[in-house]
Amino acid sequence: MKKHLRNFNFRCGVVLTAVVVLSAAVSLFWTPYEANTMDPRHRLEAPSFRHLLGTDQYGRDIMSRVMVGAVNSIVVGLATVAIGMLAGVALGLVAAYFGKWADESIMRFSDLLFGFPAVLTAILISAIWGPSVGNVMVAIGIFYIPVFARLTRAVALTLWGREFIDAARASGSSEWTITVRHVLPNLMSPLMVQATIQFAVAILAEAGLSYLGLGTQPPHASWGRMLYEAQTFMEISPWMSIFPGIAIAWTVLGFNLLGDGIRDNLDPYML
Amino acid sequence: MPKYLIKKIFTLGMLLFLVSWIIFSVLFILPGDPAQIILGIHATPETLANLRSELGLDQPFLVQYADWIGGTLSGLGSRSIHYDIPVFDLILSRLAVTGPLALMAMLIAVVISLPLGIFAARHQNRAGDISVMTFTQMGLATPEFWLGILLILFFSIKLGLFPAGGFPGWMTDFKGSFTSLLLPAFALGVVRASILTRVTRSSVLDVLQEDYIRTARAKGLRERTVMYVHALRNALIPVLTILGLQMGQLLAGAIIIENVFYLPGLGRLVFQAIGQRDLPVVREIVLFMAAAVVIVHFLVDLAYAFIDPRIRLER
Repeated sequence: MKKHLRNFNFRCGVVLTAVVVLSAAVSLFWTPYEANTMDPRHRLEAPSFRHLLGTDQYGRDIMSRVMVGAVNSIVVGLATVAIGMLAGVALGLVAAYFGKWADESIMRFSDLLFGFPAVLTAILISAIWGPSVGNVMVAIGIFYIPVFARLTRAVALTLWGREFIDAARASGSSEWTITVRHVLPNLMSPLMVQATIQFAVAILAEAGLSYLGLGTQPPHASWGRMLYEAQTFMEISPWMSIFPGIAIAWTVLGFNLLGDGIRDNLDPYML
Repeated sequence: MPKYLIKKIFTLGMLLFLVSWIIFSVLFILPGDPAQIILGIHATPETLANLRSELGLDQPFLVQYADWIGGTLSGLGSRSIHYDIPVFDLILSRLAVTGPLALMAMLIAVVISLPLGIFAARHQNRAGDISVMTFTQMGLATPEFWLGILLILFFSIKLGLFPAGGFPGWMTDFKGSFTSLLLPAFALGVVRASILTRVTRSSVLDVLQEDYIRTARAKGLRERTVMYVHALRNALIPVLTILGLQMGQLLAGAIIIENVFYLPGLGRLVFQAIGQRDLPVVREIVLFMAAAVVIVHFLVDLAYAFIDPRIRLER
């Protein structure tokens, strides 16, 4: 850990993401005001000591909503990375192990998925099942499958050629044992780096989709949706469109830096 | 080369077929009857049945798919439920906004990123490089639509220099149309520029380590000549590739940014079509965008093989 902290990117990343995770955690127990409670007497108030980041068109406290929005973003990030990683790693391992037509068809399949930007997938999915944050997670997660499949395949291919795999095989381990005990653990660090970066991408994508109204549904707080609602009141209360945006940029920057930092620390030649 | 080309074209055809197949079958299983949507809730069962057979909705899946693909390829295609005109015409008219928007965004991205990337590479690990890299980190973290909102706040509301949204149309007001695309194109372009700057920087750094650069320097060429005549030409290949591969992200970004600026482009069309349950429009636009991405990837592949013979000789 000490060695890690010497890296500037990593240090910045840790600080930025810690703030986000902490405020998300705190918001589960406490927010300055109830995030969804309307207070018509104090609508569209500028930032003050009473409402640090001001209030929105229903008089809801923006600070509280930004904090609750962090939970939403983190959940989306975790869920999408989990979907992409579970399916992607499995497909990548299969492609690398069996080769030939299995490899070819999995790789072509991932080419195909690459052709669909996450927003398009989300549009298709929400046209079918209607808009919801769950559908957004599925849409972004599907888009991540090829990302993890390709990475897993590439790393696994080089791993299968290494001596320690031959050694394990010579000592009588089954292919399954080798995969679980030797290949998977060595995949962990590149996967960690990729997961951190995809986490950041997911937060951006969810914000965009929620802005379009395809993601988190009102009255639940989501940074993207807050920005959409703020646009109507841009002229009279500009702060409404500033703070949720800062929250998104802050979080994404944090996770990007964290990913870069981990990569630099692990092995600069790895990826 | 011909053999490589044939193989690539075959793969392209397969990909396009699969894309269309997936889009069609995904929307086929959709709950909700298009005939019902067109006629409303007061339609009698008879008129519903009539319209269904008129639209070919009572045909089996494969026949409907073949009809759809045949129609799309011949340019006749399906009709929009909401606008009651061929979707093809609708796409063409909206492309007049999205096309120039995407092009302008690309142009802005290239104009920003090439000089910045080269500058950063020449000042590697020094203050200039670090500030450029910081700028790109910020750019990567900023959502395009938020940048758009900030631009509206500053340039439209505060300074009154640009329109905050809307699009007068090329025919009625060319200059007005151009200026109304500037802010959205900038918002889209800056984020692309962050990625391209990083690619340019690392690509230039890679090339600068090559032997022929050392030779060029040893010959006594000026650093400027080494950079712009020898290094840049090769360094640009990966940059062009990434530029092509960014196409999908650019279209995705355009969908959102068109909604920020109320531009009547493809993105706004598909978004409204979802709200109106106008499925032919959703289907055709998603197909159009996915096909555009697949075809651009194909062209990038070809260009790459054309530039670098090692790729087409492989396998």
